[in-house]
Amino acid sequence: MARAPASLAGPARTLLAVPGMHCAGCMSKVERALGAVPGVSSARVNLTARTVTVEHDETLQAPALTQALGGIGFEAQPRRDLSAQAHSAARPLLAPLAVAAFAAMNVMLLSVSVWSGADGSTKELFHWLSALIALPAIAYAGRPFFNSAWRVVKRGRTNMDVPISIGVIVATGLSFYEVATAGQHAWFDGALMLLTFLLAGRVLDAMMRDRARVGVDALLSQAAQGAIIVHDDGILAWLEADQLEPGMVMRVAAGERLAADGEIVAGSSRFDQSILTGESAPVSVGTGEKALAGMLNLAAPVDIRVSQAAHDTTLAEIARLMEASEQNRSRYVRIADRAARLYAPAVHALAAITVLGWLIAGASIYEALVIGVAVLIITCPCALGLAVPVAQVVASGSLMRAGIMVKDGSALERLARVDRALLDKTGTLTLGRPVPDELTLAALAGEERRIALALASNSSHPLSRGLAKALAASGIEAETLENIEERPGIGVFARWHGKRVSLRRPDGGAGSAVALTIDDAPVRLIRFADALRPDAREALARLSAMGVECSILSGDKADAVARIGGELGLATLAEVDPAQKQAIVAAERDAGHSVLMVGDGLNDGPALAAADASIAPGSASDVGVQAADMVFVQDSLMALPRAVGGSRRTMRVVRQNFTLAIVYNVFAVPLAVLGYVTPLVAAIAMSASSLLVVANSLRLVRAAR
Amino acid sequence: MNSLLILVPIALLLGLAGLAAFFWALRSGQFDDPAGAASRILIDEDDVDNDGADANGVER
Repeated sequence: MARAPASLAGPARTLLAVPGMHCAGCMSKVERALGAVPGVSSARVNLTARTVTVEHDETLQAPALTQALGGIGFEAQPRRDLSAQAHSAARPLLAPLAVAAFAAMNVMLLSVSVWSGADGSTKELFHWLSALIALPAIAYAGRPFFNSAWRVVKRGRTNMDVPISIGVIVATGLSFYEVATAGQHAWFDGALMLLTFLLAGRVLDAMMRDRARVGVDALLSQAAQGAIIVHDDGILAWLEADQLEPGMVMRVAAGERLAADGEIVAGSSRFDQSILTGESAPVSVGTGEKALAGMLNLAAPVDIRVSQAAHDTTLAEIARLMEASEQNRSRYVRIADRAARLYAPAVHALAAITVLGWLIAGASIYEALVIGVAVLIITCPCALGLAVPVAQVVASGSLMRAGIMVKDGSALERLARVDRALLDKTGTLTLGRPVPDELTLAALAGEERRIALALASNSSHPLSRGLAKALAASGIEAETLENIEERPGIGVFARWHGKRVSLRRPDGGAGSAVALTIDDAPVRLIRFADALRPDAREALARLSAMGVECSILSGDKADAVARIGGELGLATLAEVDPAQKQAIVAAERDAGHSVLMVGDGLNDGPALAAADASIAPGSASDVGVQAADMVFVQDSLMALPRAVGGSRRTMRVVRQNFTLAIVYNVFAVPLAVLGYVTPLVAAIAMSASSLLVVANSLRLVRAAR
Repeated sequence: MNSLLILVPIALLLGLAGLAAFFWALRSGQFDDPAGAASRILIDEDDVDNDGADANGVER
C-alpha cells in the first residue's frame, strides 16, 4: 500500500503520456516493454489517464523510455508535472455523495416503518435515530451546495444552489423541531434524498469534465518537452524545456520541434512554422538566422543557440492576448443558473404567500409554517438540478465515443447557438501534415511501392512518415532491405537484391518532394501536399444546412488560402495575424452573431478564446488544445457538424427536462399549498420526477450521429 | 421493542462499515483508474511473471 521509500540508489519517477493505449493488451505490452529496460524498477499504467508512471534509476533518461515504447509502436511523451494529474473535480464530491446516500438509505428505512404505522415511543425512537444520522450527514454532504450558495448570496446574486440550500436547511430545522416536540412528521428523508440526487448529478458532471481534461492532457505534445544540449566539451545531454537557459546550444534533429527560441549557429534546414503562423509552406532558415519555439525541423540537424527559453519566448505575447479574451467567456451564464434566477424568487414567494394565506384562513402559526415548508420541499429543484447535468453528461459521453472531447457542459450550451463558423486553414481544413500525391503513388509499380515503404519506414523524417503511412494504408507489405543507412538531411539508402535503392531529397530542392531511386532506373519523384481533411466538403455542406455560415480565416499566403477557398466554395480572409483574428471574431460578435472558431495553431489561440465556442483538432498545438472548448481526435471534419448537431440535440432535451420539471410542479404545488403533502408524498413525487428527467436524458446516448 | 434494541444498532453498524470501506477504497487510490482496473483482469498473468516486472500492479 505505502509508496516505496526512496532507496539509496536515488530512484526517479517519470510520468509518460501514452495516448495510443486503449485496451488490456496495450497495458501489458507497455508495462512489459518498460519493465525490460535496464534500470526500471516498476512501471504502472493508468488507463483512464492514458499515462504510465515509471520508477527508475536517476541515471536513466526520459528519451530511453520513450524509445522503448516507440520500439513496440506506442508514441509517448514525458509529462513534467506529476501533481497536475492528481487534480480531479469528481473526487472531492465522491465522499459527500457516499455519506448522503448512506444516510438517505438508513433514514428511509426508519421512515418507512413510521409511514407503515409505527407510533408512540417506537415512532419517537425512530425519529430521534433519523435525526442522529441525518444532522451530521446533511451538515457534511450539503457543504458543496451551502458554500456555493453563500458565495453568490454574498455578492447579491442567486444560482441553483440557493433554493436548494434554503430548502434543505429549512426542512432539516423544521424536522428537528418536530422530533424535539414529538410531532407528526419528520422530513429528514426528503432532505437527504434531495442531496443524494443532486450530488449524483454533480459527480456525473465533474466526471465528464475530468474525462475530457485527461484526454486533452494526453494530447498536449506539440511543443518539444526538451532538447539535446551540446556542451562546450562536445558532450550531449537531454534537458527539459524549463531547464533551458539563454546561451545554451541545442541540437535539433530532423522531425523534432524546437523547445526554445534561438539563432542557428551550425547547419541550415527547412522548418514548418504552420503552428505559429498558419503558413503551410516550409521556410528555409540558415546559419545566423532566428528560429522560434514550436517550429518543426524538416530537413537536416541544426545547432541552435538559445536566446529565449520557456516562458519568455514569442509565445508570451499570444498568451497575453488570450487572457484578455477569456474573460468574456467566463461572463457567460449557464442555462441552469439563468433558470434559477427566475425559479428561486418564484418558489420563495409562493411559500411565503402560502404561509400568509393559511394564517389569514385561521390556521395557527405552527400549522402554516409546516405547510409552507412542505411547499419549499416539494418545489425544491430536484429535477431541475438534474435536468442540465444529466443531459450534458450523456451527450458528451456520446460525443466522446465519436472522437469529440467536450471540456465542459457550458460548451454544449454555447455551441448550440452558433450561426457563424470561422475556420483556420492549415491543420484545420487541411490535415496539417504532408500527404503524398495520390496520382504519383498510383503510377508506381507494385515493386517500387514496396521498396518505397521499406525505405520510408526506416526514417523518422516527416515526409518519410507521411509516405509510409499512405503506403501502409493501401495494404502493401514492405520489401526486405539490407545495409539500411539514414544520412540526416539527405535520405535513406539501402541495398535490395544487390541493387542500390534510396529515398532521398530531390536534386534542385523542389518544394515538398522525395526522390525514389532504384539502381539506374529513372528517378521517381513523389510530391507532397497538405491535403484537405476527408469529408471536408460534406461537413461544410452539413454545417451550412444547419444555418451555420462558414468562412476561412488564415495566416497563410493569400493565393494558398484562395485556392482552398475556391475548392470548398468559402469566403476567405488571408494573411491575418493572431491579434487580427481575435479582432475579426470580436467584430462578428458585436454584429450580433454567435461565433464558432475552429483552429489549431498558436496563432489561433486568441481567436479560439474570444469566440463564443471553439473547436480544435487533436493534432493542434498545446495552446490550441487548451484554448478550445472541444477537441476532436480524428481526421474527418465531420466532427464539426456532429458537435454542433449533438449540442443542439442536447439543448432540446434540456428544454424538455425543464418542461417536465415545470409540469411536475404544476401538479405537486397545489397539493402542497392545500396542505396534502406529507413526507411520503414528497418522497414519491421527488424520485418520480428525477427518474423521469434522467430517463429523458438517456435518449441522448446517440446524440453524436 | 427489545428486538429493535439489537437490530437497529446492527443495521447502523453494517451501514457504517460499508461507508468506512468505501472511504478506505477512495483513500487508497482504488478509484484512480477505473478503466485500467476493468481491463487488468483480462491480462494473462503467466505471460507477465517471466520478466519479474510489476505488471500486475501490486505496487499500490
